[in-house]
Amino acid sequence: MSGDLRLTNVTKSFGPFTAVDDLTLTVPQGAFFALLGASGCGKTTTLRMVAGLEEPSAGQVTLGGTDITRLRPYQRPVNTVFQSYALFPHLSITENVAFGLRRKGVKNVAPQVEQMLSLVQLDDFGGRRPHQLSGGQQQRVALARALINHPQVLLLDEPLGALDLKLRRQMQIELKRIQTEVGITFVHVTHDQEEAMTMADTVAVMNDGRIEQLGAPAEIYEFPATPFVANFLGQSNLLAGTGGLARSGDDLSITAHGSRFTVPAARSRATGDKIYLGVRPEKLHLVTSEADVPSGFQHLTGTVTDSSYVGVSTQYLVRTAWDTELSVFAPNSGLGGSLPPGAEVTVAWNPAHAFLLDRLDGAGDATHALVEERA
Amino acid sequence: MRRHWVLVTGLLVLLYLFLPIFVVAALSFNEPSSRLSYDFHRFTLDNWANPCGPGDMCDAVGRSIEIALLATLIATVLGTLMAFALARHRFRGRDATNLLIFMPMATPEVVMGSSLLALFVAGGVSLGFWTVVVAHVMFCVSFVVVTVKARLAGLDPRLEEAAMDLYAGEWQTFYRITLPLVAPGIVAAALLSFSLSFDDFIITNFNSGTTVTFPMYVWGAAQRGIPPQVNVIGTAMFLIAVLIVVAGEIINRRRAA
Repeated sequence: MSGDLRLTNVTKSFGPFTAVDDLTLTVPQGAFFALLGASGCGKTTTLRMVAGLEEPSAGQVTLGGTDITRLRPYQRPVNTVFQSYALFPHLSITENVAFGLRRKGVKNVAPQVEQMLSLVQLDDFGGRRPHQLSGGQQQRVALARALINHPQVLLLDEPLGALDLKLRRQMQIELKRIQTEVGITFVHVTHDQEEAMTMADTVAVMNDGRIEQLGAPAEIYEFPATPFVANFLGQSNLLAGTGGLARSGDDLSITAHGSRFTVPAARSRATGDKIYLGVRPEKLHLVTSEADVPSGFQHLTGTVTDSSYVGVSTQYLVRTAWDTELSVFAPNSGLGGSLPPGAEVTVAWNPAHAFLLDRLDGAGDATHALVEERA
Repeated sequence: MRRHWVLVTGLLVLLYLFLPIFVVAALSFNEPSSRLSYDFHRFTLDNWANPCGPGDMCDAVGRSIEIALLATLIATVLGTLMAFALARHRFRGRDATNLLIFMPMATPEVVMGSSLLALFVAGGVSLGFWTVVVAHVMFCVSFVVVTVKARLAGLDPRLEEAAMDLYAGEWQTFYRITLPLVAPGIVAAALLSFSLSFDDFIITNFNSGTTVTFPMYVWGAAQRGIPPQVNVIGTAMFLIAVLIVVAGEIINRRRAA
């Protein structure tokens, strides 16, 4: 499409450190796009290169087909909402919001400023100074200050990071509403996987300066591409397979810790012989005996070692015969009682909910710990 | 009870600090009984009505103000530029400069005055008005650099990035964002420079040749009895300083409101 933001083979190095490594990425016009990753993964550097605040060491950034790689920040139709908001402390809210328009030589800024302040629900705050506003209000001023310029792309650098949980949820909904209303491309950088999933149409999970996986939130969550993604976006139980895959019809089967498990061929991303079998904790069901395992389900047995009550669900840790702990989320739906530590249980899952991933040499089972495989 | 003690102690400290100034202010209204007496003899407004009474004194005051203004201007411009360079750019010798900038503040004035004198004499420079200006700029620059740099260090670099992001070019970013935010530091540095230059005696005395500044005049006059008009000048300077501080406070409150 005409207004797509495209990064092609972009690399950014700071001395010997490579922050962004040969990154290629297309953000379609009008998308709400989230760059998700742990701190230091290069997501903010990527954003700053789009804003023009950092110059790529190599590669190209284009916006709607125009090369903007070497343009100064003030020459780009792109605006940023900074993490710390960066409101000008010596200017009133009105002047903060009007700043961009004035620089562009717009004469009568008042109507637009008024309209913008009402969009972010700060109608009567124009005369105040930034320090007289609460964190959430400052955040909205920063948003208004950027949006008033009608940028082609709005960049948001962890804009909700400084807000408390309740306000953050509220602002997430607000941001999503505004994005739908103005139809501008939003590129949102965050380390909060829940925030990325609730807000964005497309999420790119970054690790070590590269994109590990890109797709719709549900797609990435249900079928992660790498062990990193499987454990950064939510949690996964990953069992190390031994030997290769065997194919029978539409199913693949793999041996792990002496048992054979099958997975539909469509749920495999494995390319080699080193393989992880992965299942999300909420896709695991606890039953009391093998007789209760639903037909077609896979299962294994273990002992409950720990349970933590987290409101909507209870998280159990189940120790398997080969001494690995599996994480299981059991919904607190009122059906079935809680299991005490020490209880013998059978863990069952639908093979269609499992997935196969490539594993690195030497990696063992992994459960809800971030896989720092490249570190 | 404890709160009273804090209050009383605080007032005593303030009294200790301000007593000499009250004495100067009181003596500015004195008609001394003889040239060498410092006791309050009789109230008069003559000193205020005729502050330039003693010959040469107002010349000296004027010269001191002239020197202080020049030294302040040069030191503030130079020091501000240096502070920006030190705070914003990485270059070879930056750490050394940061250290050396403290040297004039740490060096005893006697040492600095005499070594400057040696330098001027060795260089064949004739002492006078301009050597005093050079000397004052030298020690004022350090204070300006330190003051402005502290202000710059507290300035969020994202504010400038935000301005650039909002279509302000480098120059616009500087005078619409950076300069207004650093201005209080620059003004403070200039005021500090002015008062340091205006009352410097030791370094000036080494390097002034036949030029007489106000502190030197007072020093000379003290040998034969200080004319009461000196107290008028002292009181006036104090009042001007108070006015500047009060005005600064009012401006600050307006900006905050």
